Amino acid sequence: MIRYLGRKLLIYLVTFWVAVTIDWAIPRFMPGDPIERLLSRMQAQPASADALTGYYTQAFGFDVPIWQQYLNFWAALFQGDLGRSISNFPTPISELVISALPYTLALLIPAILLSFWAGNKLGALAARRKRLDNTVLPVSYVLTATPQMWLGIMLAWIFASSLAIFPVSGAYALDLQPAWSLEFALSFLEHWILPFSALFLVALGGWAIGMRNMIIYELEAEYSHYLASLGAPTRLVRKYAYRNALLPQITGLALALGAVTAGAIVVEIVFSYPGLGSLTLGAIQNRDYFLIQGIFLFLITGVLIANFIIDIAYVLIDPRTRVGMQGGA
Amino acid sequence: MSLAVDGLTVYYRSLRGDVKALDGATFSIADGEIMGLAGESGCGKSTLGKSLIRMDARMRYVDGNVELDGKELPVWSDAKMNPFRWKEISLIPQYALSALNPTRRIGRMTTELLASRGIEPHTVLPEFRRRLALVGLPGDILERFPIELSGGMKQRVVLVLSSILDPSLLIADEVTSALDVSTQRAVSELLVEFRDRGFVKSMIVITHDLSVLYQVADTILVMYAGKLAEKATADTVVEAPSHPYTQMLLSSLPEVGIRYAEKRLTGIPGRPPSLLEPPGGCRFRARCPLATEQCAQEPPFVELEPLHTAACWKAVA
Amino acid sequence: MTEVSHTDAVADPGIRARPLPAKPRRSEFVYFAFRNRKFVLGGSVVLFMLAAALLGPLLTDYAPLEFSGPTDQPPSSEYWFGTTSFGQDVYSQFVHGLRSAFVVGTIGGGLAWLIGATVGFTAGYAGGWLDDLLNMLTNVVLVIPTLAILIIVAAYVNVHSYTTEAILIGLTSWPWAARAVRAQTFSLKTRDFVDVARLSGRTTRQIIVREIAPNMSSYLLMMFILLFGGAILIGASLDFLGLGPSEAVSLGLMMNNSFLSSALLLGSWWWFVPPGVGIIAIVGGLYVMNVGLDEIFNPRLRET
Repeated sequence: MIRYLGRKLLIYLVTFWVAVTIDWAIPRFMPGDPIERLLSRMQAQPASADALTGYYTQAFGFDVPIWQQYLNFWAALFQGDLGRSISNFPTPISELVISALPYTLALLIPAILLSFWAGNKLGALAARRKRLDNTVLPVSYVLTATPQMWLGIMLAWIFASSLAIFPVSGAYALDLQPAWSLEFALSFLEHWILPFSALFLVALGGWAIGMRNMIIYELEAEYSHYLASLGAPTRLVRKYAYRNALLPQITGLALALGAVTAGAIVVEIVFSYPGLGSLTLGAIQNRDYFLIQGIFLFLITGVLIANFIIDIAYVLIDPRTRVGMQGGA
Repeated sequence: MSLAVDGLTVYYRSLRGDVKALDGATFSIADGEIMGLAGESGCGKSTLGKSLIRMDARMRYVDGNVELDGKELPVWSDAKMNPFRWKEISLIPQYALSALNPTRRIGRMTTELLASRGIEPHTVLPEFRRRLALVGLPGDILERFPIELSGGMKQRVVLVLSSILDPSLLIADEVTSALDVSTQRAVSELLVEFRDRGFVKSMIVITHDLSVLYQVADTILVMYAGKLAEKATADTVVEAPSHPYTQMLLSSLPEVGIRYAEKRLTGIPGRPPSLLEPPGGCRFRARCPLATEQCAQEPPFVELEPLHTAACWKAVA
Repeated sequence: MTEVSHTDAVADPGIRARPLPAKPRRSEFVYFAFRNRKFVLGGSVVLFMLAAALLGPLLTDYAPLEFSGPTDQPPSSEYWFGTTSFGQDVYSQFVHGLRSAFVVGTIGGGLAWLIGATVGFTAGYAGGWLDDLLNMLTNVVLVIPTLAILIIVAAYVNVHSYTTEAILIGLTSWPWAARAVRAQTFSLKTRDFVDVARLSGRTTRQIIVREIAPNMSSYLLMMFILLFGGAILIGASLDFLGLGPSEAVSLGLMMNNSFLSSALLLGSWWWFVPPGVGIIAIVGGLYVMNVGLDEIFNPRLRET
């Protein structure tokens, strides 16, 4: 098992290295001068253009040979120095990212966990009741085909703009400061509920469909038939089927992380939620390449760590993996 | 009488109508009898075995009754049959190798299964352990996951598990079909041993392999195209069969010691009829060398002599 | 979110070994296909949207980006889907946006399918070190969040056309397809009929083409459909972020523009509702069609 996890860790480290290298390499290996590109897209004035050129040259490290640039990049990374943001000069990027991170996590973590739990339960229920299945399935397909930002817009339009039940933007009321108070908590919740729902509903659909199919598959497996032949009540057969069906769903969770994160980014934009999504949008609009890069590195690391955790959890839960590692195919 | 089956008829639903997989089976099995159930693929032997314990979703009960130890077995009702399953009538499935839940340790699965059937696990587990040791399985087997066991070990676990509540009737469905010859022998011997020790009262051993049945079974019931062809003691079936189908089946078996350069191995030309619209009269008529016009009428399954029944006009004559 | 389906989408060859009386295989597919409600329903929706994409623009005189009329008008007989805050015809934008969606789906999904199927099949069939290598590659690309990479690339590469965007999408979304194809190839490779073919002297190429490919074809078709839908969704997110072509029309860009122009607050629902509905119709229709195909190809799933 240790060897298996060790191999996985190696893969994640390689992946991290590849991702970071891609990130470092793209501006440098594109045809043309990267600084000139950035400047032209910013449509800067000639005077500020010179200052920016100087800044960029130093920031990119173009005044040193390329291999040194690469090493410097890694060195800075390990010191947590992601550079400074152009659009929010001179704020360090790491500071911007860290202040935005909690809001994104506040959306992502509950959305992922709750949709996983609820979606699986719903899928399992649908697998055994035909009538429920006939509603859950089409609804789930529609949900999973829905672009998250569109659902966000619709929710905002219906519940915030038209019915004015919930606020339309921000993470908390404009006149409040983050604090450990009931007033803040309530304000936070009412600003949180719509963006959360947009992410939750779309993800829910996917889990429900997956679980429903997996349960049907498990109920048709030979061990289910054998249990029934021995007179096991349906309750027991379903319980085993559910446990076994959860396993591939957990693998699916790892695969879905990237998609949910992408969804969070766009949903935040819709609600001007001050998380990484809004930060990204600002960075894109302002051509703040280093900020984009910093956010990217954070995202990558987060997703990789989450994947690794899920891999470990999976190995612990599924007995088949343990034996498989002892040399079996 | 341990088992009495009368006119059992079970069809399979399909898109194109009912497949008459089992049509009017009538026979009985005495206490302590091991009856072999033989025939080609699609003859209905698996259907017969399954309908006695649990019909799957595509099967449709049409007619007939079944009595086990004098009590009626409600085979038409899945719910009503449940109290009988495992306790009075049990099954060793064809797919024993994947019959165990892969994510549960064997001991835990057994305990949960027992509890769910209203049986206190501690009343059964000691005997369970004893029998597992009896069939040669290691002491820690209850703590293992199925994936840690070899195919033969899983087969034995299933054998012991299915019979742990000492059922009156144990149905062994093609348990030797996927095994090599030496394991076949070991498993066959175990089946007989279980009967001899009284763990199981009677048994139905379903297989297409007559040679296994000759070693194991007291009586053999041969089926063809959904109908019963012949039932007799194993010796009679192998040495002096009355039904032409049984005769041809036996002569198509290779014999040890004979070189087939000199004597050709004869099969049975043709194939079994479609069971969607089976022909009237004797279903073997089209392939039978002895067929006459009389065979256009279906021969009844009658007793030729004590313990020997067959469905053939020629056999009666 | 793509389904994680483990059902054996390939019809069990054992079932086909017994020939059905009289009916050749192709019409068996047709027979079941048109009786399958999901396939028919999903397929109809997709075909309808395709027709809208191809013919819709012909029905209007207004160019999508042309400032042709009064701003922020609700749907009327003149402007069927109303107008934007810039006075553009929403209907025209919508049907042209459908075209872009189909382009992105075809090229993006198609490229991902090509790469994924090739990598997966090679890894599954060849085994050994090649499998290990390709596996490593797949895992690396798989774990990196697609959108993150696309944001980085698109922020730097000026995306001028939907073809470019689609290529980028195709290059990053193939890994799960590769994994699925590899697993399927593995399971087919070890089936008896392949051993029989090998024993009777067939070459590797013959085995692949005649034994394995037909069994995989249904699976590959279903995968293409999922990749097609996925590419459209990713493309919409990219366009929404402003990373797609800016002087063009797409459904994601419509949502972006409507949002940035405060259509929400103005209540110009005709601007932001259609693009989402369009995507749901296409992608949802594809998913439902896919389920229907699974039932058609896999007799065990059919209800008797």
